[in-house]
Amino acid sequence: MTEKEKILARIREALTLPAPIPGHAHANGRSVLPAGLLTHNSTPSRWLPEVGSAFEDRLALFRKNVADLKAEFHFVESADQAVGVLTNFRDAEGWKKVGTHGGPLTDPACEALGLPICRTDRAYEVTDLESCDAGISECDALVAQTGSVLVTGRSAGGRALSVLPPHHVVLARRQQLVGDLPEAFALLKRKYAGDFPSFISLITGPSRTGDIERILVLGAHGPKKLTIVCW
Amino acid sequence: MTSFVEQFKRRAVQLTRDLRHRHLIQTALRKYEAVRDKTRGSFQDWQSARQAAAETKWEAVNHLDKYLVEFVGKLEARGTKVHWASTGGQARDIIFGIIRQKNARSIIKSKAMTSEEIHLNDALEEAGFEVVESDLGEFIVQLRKEAPYHIVFPAMHLSRGDISAVFARELGSAPTDNPEELTMIARRVLRNKYITADIGLTGANFAIAETGMISITENEGNARLTAALPKVVISLLGIEKILPRLEDLALFLPMLATSGTGQPLTCYNSLYGGPRQPGESDGPEEYHVVLLDNRRTELLADPEQRDALHCIRCGACLNVCPIFRNVGGHTYGTTYSGPIGSVITPHLRGLQDWKHLSYASSLCGACTETCPVKINLHHHLLQNRRNAARQKPSAIEHFAFKLFAFVINRPGCYAFVRGVARFAQKFHPLLKGKRLDPAYGWTRTRELPPIAEETFKEHWRKRKDARD
Amino acid sequence: MFHSMLMKVTLFIPCFVDLMFPKVGISMVQILEKLGHTVECPEQLACCGQPAFNSGYWQEARTVGVKVLEELQNAEVVVIASGSCGAMLKVFYTELFAGTPHTEAATKLATKCFEFSDFLVTKLGVTDLGARFPAKVTFHDGCHGLRELGNKKQARILLSKVQGLELIEMKEAEVCCGFGGTFATKFPMISTAMGEVKCASAEETGAEYIVSSDSSCLMHVQGLLDRKSYKLKTIHLAEVLAQS
Repeated sequence: MTEKEKILARIREALTLPAPIPGHAHANGRSVLPAGLLTHNSTPSRWLPEVGSAFEDRLALFRKNVADLKAEFHFVESADQAVGVLTNFRDAEGWKKVGTHGGPLTDPACEALGLPICRTDRAYEVTDLESCDAGISECDALVAQTGSVLVTGRSAGGRALSVLPPHHVVLARRQQLVGDLPEAFALLKRKYAGDFPSFISLITGPSRTGDIERILVLGAHGPKKLTIVCW
Repeated sequence: MTSFVEQFKRRAVQLTRDLRHRHLIQTALRKYEAVRDKTRGSFQDWQSARQAAAETKWEAVNHLDKYLVEFVGKLEARGTKVHWASTGGQARDIIFGIIRQKNARSIIKSKAMTSEEIHLNDALEEAGFEVVESDLGEFIVQLRKEAPYHIVFPAMHLSRGDISAVFARELGSAPTDNPEELTMIARRVLRNKYITADIGLTGANFAIAETGMISITENEGNARLTAALPKVVISLLGIEKILPRLEDLALFLPMLATSGTGQPLTCYNSLYGGPRQPGESDGPEEYHVVLLDNRRTELLADPEQRDALHCIRCGACLNVCPIFRNVGGHTYGTTYSGPIGSVITPHLRGLQDWKHLSYASSLCGACTETCPVKINLHHHLLQNRRNAARQKPSAIEHFAFKLFAFVINRPGCYAFVRGVARFAQKFHPLLKGKRLDPAYGWTRTRELPPIAEETFKEHWRKRKDARD
Repeated sequence: MFHSMLMKVTLFIPCFVDLMFPKVGISMVQILEKLGHTVECPEQLACCGQPAFNSGYWQEARTVGVKVLEELQNAEVVVIASGSCGAMLKVFYTELFAGTPHTEAATKLATKCFEFSDFLVTKLGVTDLGARFPAKVTFHDGCHGLRELGNKKQARILLSKVQGLELIEMKEAEVCCGFGGTFATKFPMISTAMGEVKCASAEETGAEYIVSSDSSCLMHVQGLLDRKSYKLKTIHLAEVLAQS
C-alpha cells in the first residue's frame, strides 16, 4: 500500500463516525450538511463589510482603504494623465530602468516613459529585474472592500514583477473596480475558467511587517511603495 | 530527565516572575485587541461569518478524503509532484530526497509551522544544508537559535534592543534601535538569498480542492519571493488545510486576517497552482507538495474533538488566553502553544505526556468565544482531562474525589468534616505559607478565608428550628 | 415574559458559599423573601460536583450530580448562588450525563436553572430592590457566568438602581481572575499572575469595592488583596443588593 492509500484509508475509517456541526448541536449524527444551513442560503457579501452598489460609493471606499494602507491612488481622466503621473514619479524618484510586461495599458505608458525596460513576460534575468527602480503592471481587478489589487501571472507579468522592485505601479481602468471579495473571486473564475495561471495574488498595500515590537515598517521584502493609477 | 510537566511548571514560575516580559506581552496583545475590535466592528455580521466558516470547515474535514483526492488530482494534472507523508520522519525524508536529487545546497524558507512540527530546520542544518528563514520574525529567532514564540508573531517577546544585539552579533551590522533600519538590514541580507537559493520551501494556509491551489497569506512578501525565484519550490502542509472551493477564500482570508492580526486583509494572499506553466515566464521549473498526516488522522478519528482540525492557525486564541499572556509561548515547550496547542498536542504527541497543558487552564472560555471557526476549545480541554483521568487516573486524586463524593453526599459526614476543619484551622497560622502547610498551593501567595463562625447550613437549620 | 406570580424558589448554596461566605446566601434569601417569594434550601445538597468534573473524574462527579438531579427534580425554579455552579447545572450536566439514564433529567433541570442576577432581571423583571450602597465600585465578570451563561448586563442593570453607587468599569473586566477551581492550586504561579492583573485593573479605576456574582472568584482576588495589603475590598453582588 502506498502512503497515499494508507492515509486515505485512515481518513475513511475515521470518518465512519459522524461529528456534530459547530453551532448545530441538534444536528448530532448527521454526516451531510442539512439544508437550511447558513452556508447554503447566504453569500459572504451579507456578512463582510458593506461596499455599496454605486460606482461612486465603491470608488470612495477603495480610495479610503488604499490611503489607510499607506499606498497611493491616482484616479485620473485619461490615459495621457496616467502617463503624466508616471513621468512625475520617474523624475521625482530618479527612475533609470523599469520592469514591465506587454499589454494594452503598459505598452503606451512605458513607451512614453522612455526608459530602458526589463520585460518579464518573456525570459528574463532576475538580476536584471532586481536592478529596476519600479515594476509597472496591469491587473485583473481593484477590490473596493479591501483596497486590494487582484493580479495573476498572466495579467501582471509573472510572479516576481509585482514583488521584487521597490515600487509597484498598477495601471487599471475604472471598469475594473469590483465591490467585494466574493465578486473578485467570481471574476477570477469567469475569466480563467479551466485554465488558471499558476500564480494569483491579492495585493493589499505595500509590503509590511510588525515583527519588531508590533511597530509598522513598510517594505519588509516586497515593495515599499504601491501606487495604483486608474482612469 | 525532567518530564514535560516539570519543565512547563519551572518555566511558568520563571516567566510569571518576569514582570518586564509580562508587561511586554500584555501591551502587545492589548494593542492587537483594540485593532481587532475595530476591524470586527466593520463586518456587517461577524457572528454569521463565524458560523459560515465553521460549517465550511466541517464540510471540508468531514469529507476530507474526497476533497484531498480532488485537490491532488488537479495539482498533478498541471505538473505538480505530490508526496504523502504519514509521519514527520517521512516528510523529512521526502524533502531530503528532493534536495539531494537536485544537488541543492541552499534553501530559503517562508514561514511554515508544519516545518517546526517536524523539526525540519534542525535536520537540514545537521546534514550540512544552509537553511534561511525569510520571514523577519522567524529570521530573528533563527539567529537567536530559539523556537518561535507565537504561531503568528514569532519574535513577539523581543525588544528592538534584543534584535539589534543579535543582528550585530550574527550579521556584523551596526547597532540601532530604529525598527525601520533593523528591517532594512534583514531585507538586504535576505535579498541575495532569494536570488541564489536552490530550493524554496513554503507552508500553506489553505489548500483549495476545486482548483488544485495552495493559498499563502503573508504581510512581508517573503513567501511570494520564495515561491517565485528558486528553480525548485516545495510546499509542506497538513492534510487538514483543505477548503472545498475557490470562493471560500472570500470568507476565510478576511477572517484569518481579522482574527490573526486585526487587519481587514493581510498584505499578500497568493495562490499557487503548479510549476511554471507553458507560456509563463517565471516561477519554479519543479513544484512539489508534501502532504503531512503526523497523527492528524488520529484526531480525525475522535468525533468529539474532530473540529480541532478546523483550525486555520490564526493565533486568535493565543492572543486572548490569560495563561498565554502571563507565561508566554516558549513555556509550552512545543510547536503549537496557547489553547489550540493545549487541545491538539496530546493527540499529536501523546496524552499522558501532554495532558498538563489541558490542566494549565482556568477554562475561562475566551478562546472559544474568539475562535473564527467556532472550535469548542475550552470544552476540549475538559475532555482531554477526562480522557487522561480515564486512561491513567492518579491514585491519590482518584481516591480524593471518591472521598469527596462520599462526604459531600452525606450531610452528617459533611458536618463532621466541617468540625474537623474548624479545629484544624486554629493551628493553620503556624504553618501558613510554609512548605508543610497542606494549603501551601494557595497560601504561598494568597490569604485563605476562615470557615465562618456560623455557616449558611447552620444558620438555615437554626432558622428552620425557630420557625417550627 | 416576566413571571409576576409568587414562586417557590429553590436556592442552591454551593459548598464554599455555605462554609466561607454565608452572608451571600443570607442576602439572597433576604432579597427573594422581600419580593414575596418562598425560599427553600435543600439541606441534602452541598455541591454541584464541579471539582471532580473539572479534574476529569466524571464518574465521581456523576455520583454527586445524581443526588443534585434527584433533590431538584421537583423544584419549580432553581436559583444558584454562583455563576460557576450555575454553569455546571445549566450547561455541563448535559455533557456529564450524556449517554446515561439521567440525560433527560439533566436537560430538564437546565431549563429550570438561573444564576441569581439573571433570575432577578430576566425571569422576575425586577431591577430596583431599593438598595443603598454609597461607594465607588467596579465589576468583575466571572467567566462561567459571562461565557457559559451569557450574563453580562443583568448585574449592571441591578447596580445602576442602587442608590449612591457609582460603577466604574475596569479595562480587564472580562478577563479571567485566575481562580479556575483546582487550577488555582495546581498552577499557583499562573493563577496568581492572572489575579495580579485583575487586582491592578480594578485598582486603576479608583473603586473601593470589586463586585462580582461569583464568590469563588472573589475568594481568590480577596486572598491576593489581603496578602498585598491593597485597600480594595471584594463584595458579592447579592450583599450589595441587600444593603439598605
